[in-house]
Amino acid sequence: MQLPATAHPPDEITHSKRLGYSYRRHLGERFIEALLFLMAFVSVAITIAIVVMLVKESFVFFEHVPLWQFLTDTQWTPLFDDAHYGILPLISGTVVSSAVALLVAIPLGTITAIYLSEFAPFAVREVAKPFLELLGGVPTVVYGYFALLFVTPLLQKIFPDLPGFSLLSAGLVMGIMIIPYVSSMAEDAMRAVPMHLREGSYAMGATKFQTAIRVVMPAAFSGIAAAYILGISRAVGETMVVAIAAGMQPNLTWNPMEPAATITAYIVQVSLGDLPHGSIGYQTIFAAGLTLLLLTLAFNIIGHVLRKRYREVY
Amino acid sequence: MRDDKDLSEIRTIIARHKLWDLIFMIVGVLALMIAVLTFMALFAHMLIEGMPRLSWDFFTSFPSRRPGSAGILSAWVGTILVMLVTAMAAVPMGIGAGIYLEEYASKNIITEIIEINVTNLAGVPSIIYGLLALSLFVHQFGFGQSILSAGLALALLILPVVIVATREAIRAIPLVIREGAYALGATKWQTVSDHLLPYSAAGILTGVIIGLARAIGETAPIITIGALTFIAFLPPSPIKAEFPFLSFEWLMAPFTVMPIQMFNWVSRPEEEFQANAAAAGLVLVVMTLAMNAIAIYLRYRMRKNLKW
Repeated sequence: MQLPATAHPPDEITHSKRLGYSYRRHLGERFIEALLFLMAFVSVAITIAIVVMLVKESFVFFEHVPLWQFLTDTQWTPLFDDAHYGILPLISGTVVSSAVALLVAIPLGTITAIYLSEFAPFAVREVAKPFLELLGGVPTVVYGYFALLFVTPLLQKIFPDLPGFSLLSAGLVMGIMIIPYVSSMAEDAMRAVPMHLREGSYAMGATKFQTAIRVVMPAAFSGIAAAYILGISRAVGETMVVAIAAGMQPNLTWNPMEPAATITAYIVQVSLGDLPHGSIGYQTIFAAGLTLLLLTLAFNIIGHVLRKRYREVY
Repeated sequence: MRDDKDLSEIRTIIARHKLWDLIFMIVGVLALMIAVLTFMALFAHMLIEGMPRLSWDFFTSFPSRRPGSAGILSAWVGTILVMLVTAMAAVPMGIGAGIYLEEYASKNIITEIIEINVTNLAGVPSIIYGLLALSLFVHQFGFGQSILSAGLALALLILPVVIVATREAIRAIPLVIREGAYALGATKWQTVSDHLLPYSAAGILTGVIIGLARAIGETAPIITIGALTFIAFLPPSPIKAEFPFLSFEWLMAPFTVMPIQMFNWVSRPEEEFQANAAAAGLVLVVMTLAMNAIAIYLRYRMRKNLKW
């Protein structure tokens, strides 16, 4: 085919300029990528900000109170004239309420997960899963109301000397609140176990229950452990239920039938009052917050190690 | 006959093992029922206690020292305004971060740090975000105990939820869509904005709704900021009669929100106030449940209709 000789000289660009390399377009793309990167980096900035802020504000506190006293004193009375700064009473409250919650959430959550993953008919699962999700969406302040005004009076019928505020009722409600988190994560882990493991087990003559307990659960162990760790950090960091139903008096006790304050409840108590910015009472909530963050961090690291150690790859 | 005896023995063993199946089935249903029944009891209790207080006046009155005439006007207006700030901050930021991690990020150490970090942020107790906001927004930036501080605190809290939802929604789009777009000469951003974002919109919306439902019920971070519990006035209106018609004074206004109002009423000793708390709790639960139900329904619809 002969090209018309006159229309375009051969050295002139014949295609539209829009298709060529455009510096402006390139720059725009780079700009957007940088912007998106900044947005992603915000999450790292938040973490850094949390750590820097807690350490900086606690530093002021620890200049005033020696670390040794903070860890060993058995009284926590920063707002009294005779001020004591021992974190132990707050830790005991946190540990007891979390222990009660986990005694409820871990068995019930695990059983629910096994049932939904291995036993439940399709229709039951389709209804139960969204329902459990809804349960996890109820605001914690509502659970606190429920613990104080429904569960405590109910428990008082069984244990007549139970006080109006108690770690027991806060812990029980917290446990039920955590069930959906534990069960949904544990269930996901068990459903991820490949079918041929179950089929192999059935072929050897095992029943459903034997397969679930001896084959599926060990295979999904790392995921189930992660679910428990999530449950623990939820329980330790939970605020409103304990602030409402467990009272806010720091109390060094290991007895769930007593009222006591947790780390979180103490922060709420101070925030409700009107402490001036920069006073030692105000700084205590940051020291308490740092303790809480370190506690949850410790559990997360344990979880991470467990997951790495027992991860099964198929 | 020996064979028959063996067979019957095996049958008893099998029957015994099968019995455990049945027992566990029953235990499983019971465990599920405990969760269900607790929720029923919670809802029924609030309904019985709070229903008599629910009237038009309850929504249009300010809190009051007299329990009979107290209402939640300042609380629900505050909740809406705080949610507005939260959504404005968390939605663009979360979607942007999700897009970056899913489409742009190369596999390097920074990406890995960001990914681990997002997972860890989701496990940080909510009250810690309150302390961060108290130190950073309230004092450092000088926003004070305002709607802006509260909205930003909750935005940080739900950021991981939005990021994870965005990533999952984008990841579900098959590779051929991207390849098709690139083959036609689209740039990366054109591919993202014209194809990936519209196709993943429903999934992202689900995550945003779940995140906001969580933010509505969050109490602890807002208490930590130092929100007042007794507010008998409304923030300045965002719309003005004169030019420029919009005002941002409300961002800096003191406020209260629904869960704080409820907490305030729960912690009072008078029984009449507890009826108010039940009524406020009922409104709160219905609100969050409705939002969660919409999100679950959206996801269900998506799973059913999605055919690439």
